[in-house]
Amino acid sequence: MQFLSYLVRGISLGSVYALIALGYTMVYGIAKMLNFAHGDVIMVGGYVVFFAFCKGNMNPWLAIILAMCACTLLGVTIERIAYRPLRGTPSLAVLITAIGVSYFLQNSAMLLWKSDPKSFTSVVELPSLYLFGGRLQISAETIVTIIVSLVIMFVLIWFVQRTKQGHAMQAVSEDRGAAQLMGINVNGIISLTFAIGSGLAAIAGALLLSSYPTLIPTTGAMPGIKAFVAAVFGGIGSIPGAFLGGILLGIIENLSKAYISTQLSDAIVFLVLIIVLLVRPTGLLGKKQMVKV
Amino acid sequence: MALLEVTNLGISFGGLQAVAGFDLTVETGHLYGLIGPNGAGKTTAFNMLTGMYRPSEGNIILDGEDVTGKSPEYISKAGIARTFQNIRLFRLMTVLDNVKVGMHNRIHYPMWDGVFRTRTYKEKEHDMNRKALQLLKVFGLDDKADYAASQLPYGQQRKLEICRALASKPKLLLLDEPAAGMNPNETEELMDTVRKVRDDFGIAILLIEHDMKFVMGICEDITVLEYGRIIAHGDGETVSNDPRVIAAYLGGEDD
Repeated sequence: MQFLSYLVRGISLGSVYALIALGYTMVYGIAKMLNFAHGDVIMVGGYVVFFAFCKGNMNPWLAIILAMCACTLLGVTIERIAYRPLRGTPSLAVLITAIGVSYFLQNSAMLLWKSDPKSFTSVVELPSLYLFGGRLQISAETIVTIIVSLVIMFVLIWFVQRTKQGHAMQAVSEDRGAAQLMGINVNGIISLTFAIGSGLAAIAGALLLSSYPTLIPTTGAMPGIKAFVAAVFGGIGSIPGAFLGGILLGIIENLSKAYISTQLSDAIVFLVLIIVLLVRPTGLLGKKQMVKV
Repeated sequence: MALLEVTNLGISFGGLQAVAGFDLTVETGHLYGLIGPNGAGKTTAFNMLTGMYRPSEGNIILDGEDVTGKSPEYISKAGIARTFQNIRLFRLMTVLDNVKVGMHNRIHYPMWDGVFRTRTYKEKEHDMNRKALQLLKVFGLDDKADYAASQLPYGQQRKLEICRALASKPKLLLLDEPAAGMNPNETEELMDTVRKVRDDFGIAILLIEHDMKFVMGICEDITVLEYGRIIAHGDGETVSNDPRVIAAYLGGEDD
């Protein structure tokens, strides 16, 4: 029973990683860059929800939608100001810029909202679920997180594979030049990708903070890195890969916290990444036939 | 008025003048050839016509509109489509989806319709599928619509590229070495296809090709480039008897 409880919580944490990893993987697949500022967009989403919902008593749905709008705007602006002028330059330049943006966001947050921890109230106002005669308690946050990420993943796969905009994304991912010659506005598609990724980051932020309710300006950093690991683990560029990687990572992290050592859990997560990459350098689902976005 | 009017087009990379003084007039319903030795600037000319390169001088007037220096997506919308010397299909996407990407600017629906699968979405997608399949049928590829593009044999990939280019309903189609790597039978078949495309779609075609039999066989008007400059222009016979063309291909006496 204990094991099941750890497992479910691992899946829930993994679902949050998966949501963040979807943003990483889509941006990588289409813009061919690693957006290391992605984790900090989550933090900004977290603050928006905090001020709107926890402080301002706004309706939780409205607060999340507000946060999504704010993060979408933020993501698109970051891309427009910091990354677009660097298109066509060596990827190292873009990578360093992304790290710069990450620090910029963290320090701006510190300036604006101070570095003292804010205590977040859960956006999920539902009772816990008791199974096996009350021996297994699953919090509503856990269930909501898992369901929300699953739904989002399926909608994304649908979107990428079955709609005109999704096809344009695939085309840009494969051959930017040829896509342009088909009349696709490449900058527009990349902006759209950033918009989707950042919107998802807002949801991820609200869900993450509902389960782990301490909000500080560096809240997004660690989950951001873990989600990046999850995306690489699952095969970066692949949507199901990011999801699978996220879930597995969450489970590994939670189980090693429970059975091995709390301090060592992060080390174990990264050790697993190293081992997986040694065996399968393209990640779990990172095959050539995979649908890349 | 001519469909395409190119005057004095030129481009230089650093100090190297890759193409200079390039003039071309294209009328709807005709087949044009652009030939010349390797490195003569043929593909560079294509890249300027499609907006991949910004010309350093000259003008490109398409259907009365000056499109010089416009972006590739703008020129695609304006009515020029192309294929590539080395095939550049979207290899991981299906044959059908490749053609549908070609229709990107012809059929529109808002993103939200796609996310929520509304009726508009279903109707538009249905329409796109129907049109794409029709187009594939012209090239005998309709039974392979669900294959990944990379699974097609070489000759069919070339055809699919033409098909994808046609999906944007161009006024002018540019073919960059369509017969490259084809055997004589495939080349023969391709000649028929190209003629058929010109007649059925009522468009102008400009092609780069090294296969002289191919070019002489179907092009009514041929331009010869050497070192980025036009050295001859006219129908097949005029061009093939021009001493400068012969010199360019076989090496002049004073070489």
